[in-house]
Amino acid sequence: MSLEHFLQKAISSWMNEEGPDSDIVLSSRIRLARNFKDFSFSTLFSQEEAMQIINVIKDCLNDTDIPEVGRLEFLQMESLQPLDKLVLVEKHLISPNLAEDSPYGACLLSANEEVSIMVNEEDHLRIQCLYSGLQLNEALQRANALDDFIEGQIDYAFDEERGYLTSCPTNVGTGLRASVMMHLPGLVLTNQINHLIPAINQLGLVVRGIYGEGSEAIGNIFQISNQITLGKSETDIVEDLTSVVQQIIAQERSAREALVHTSDIQLEDRVYRSFGILQHARVIETKEAARCLSDVRLGIDLGYIKNISKGILNELMILTQPGFLQKYAGGPLRPHERDIRRAAFIRERFDLEKKDNSEGGNSL
Amino acid sequence: MICEECNERPATMHFTKIINGKKTEVHMCERCAQEKGEMFMLNGGPGFSINNLLAGLFNIDPGFQQAKANALPKTEVLRCIRCNLTFSQFVHIGKFGCAECYETFKDHLDPILKRVHSGNTSHHGKIPKRIGGSIHIKKQIKDLKQQLKQFIEHEEFEKAAEIRDQVRSLEKGADNVEGGGQQ
Ligand SMILES: [Zn+2]
Ligand SMILES: [Zn+2]
Repeated sequence: MSLEHFLQKAISSWMNEEGPDSDIVLSSRIRLARNFKDFSFSTLFSQEEAMQIINVIKDCLNDTDIPEVGRLEFLQMESLQPLDKLVLVEKHLISPNLAEDSPYGACLLSANEEVSIMVNEEDHLRIQCLYSGLQLNEALQRANALDDFIEGQIDYAFDEERGYLTSCPTNVGTGLRASVMMHLPGLVLTNQINHLIPAINQLGLVVRGIYGEGSEAIGNIFQISNQITLGKSETDIVEDLTSVVQQIIAQERSAREALVHTSDIQLEDRVYRSFGILQHARVIETKEAARCLSDVRLGIDLGYIKNISKGILNELMILTQPGFLQKYAGGPLRPHERDIRRAAFIRERFDLEKKDNSEGGNSL
Repeated sequence: MICEECNERPATMHFTKIINGKKTEVHMCERCAQEKGEMFMLNGGPGFSINNLLAGLFNIDPGFQQAKANALPKTEVLRCIRCNLTFSQFVHIGKFGCAECYETFKDHLDPILKRVHSGNTSHHGKIPKRIGGSIHIKKQIKDLKQQLKQFIEHEEFEKAAEIRDQVRSLEKGADNVEGGGQQ
């Protein structure tokens, strides 16, 4: 398969579209947890119940033109290859839990991959909408439309006092997890992030790295999400998160400005060194690739690097994960082989940009 | 011990994974664990530690322990009639077994929910349109009465009168829904 063809199939719309504030906010996600009234939760349900749930949701959604959503494709976990499941995980469309530990799991996907529904994960349904840039309200609206459509036909587990009942008490109430993925190299390089995170936590929000372990956020990519699902309305949860995100955006912008003014040539040097590594390395580990991609993306945002599309960070952070590399290679790879493939893939991807530019002519 | 992932390098990392309340030991080399770790971080998947964390969270809550001590004599086990989950199993795995569990464990949930949701114990969000029925109307009435109070405080009596009429017609409707539902 050619790289161009592979990319066409691999890229979801949020990765290369440019939503509001997409220089800093890579994506916005809304997730609603829902359960069916008449079945045990996934914690305890029988195989029979699991299959019934799949049939019920299939009847409700398969081959149906859903208002504001369109058609969804149905995929059953047990009929997917492990590598295909891993790719869905790396694209953030399903959770590792659904891929690995949910034998009766399934998912439904919209053609552009903005909408996905996980079936029989921790809850019977996890409705998810993923948008580029800062668009939590839009994503919530979409998720609500889909939720209403399903609720029109299926009885949810709902309680007047506790709201939507979920298998884990951390999700009860709205069942809503709103999150944004942010690229914050300015706040990391100026060491402000360490002060910022506890402050954000105090507001009832959770900050963590998406890639990397523990507190480390490789690629300077952070996810910020609401912790509380009970006692606040969906709109309030989304508005509160949005306003905090807007403040973080403002701080990141001023950190970048300060960096440009104070760093003389070092920042530009750092950006171009990373650019060089990505274009020429023969072996590269996930961590180094992520660091360099973050530098290059910052270089693009600051105008040091021209003629490279911004989406390259989102895209390559995902496409250089083990699942995608193996998918592209057409079979399993050992870690060291992956590092070689990763380097080759990144080089090829950058060559494609150059080719686009010489063919496309005078893009800015 | 050899790594379960690559079957190549020695396993130096050991995890306990809990799936559906069942413990599984996982042994991996550092390299594979790191790659796995990256995977588990994605989407905040509830892979390794969430359940343990939650069980720990419940156990350290003094209010909750007291409630448990008071309400549960040793011979009597609080058990959900629908899914058979006992309260201590719930605390251990950190997950409910079914919707009925919420009702069964009702008297013990407030301290847990307060802890997890910054003091909140009741829902203030979306209500499903169809099964919501009368709940939906009650909620609407509550919101309108709030508005009504504000209009009166600001002496906007014309608007207040409008809202009052809306409340009245909704209250009639709610009676009908509830009456119809019960008879
Ligand atoms: Zn290994
Ligand atoms: Zn139960």
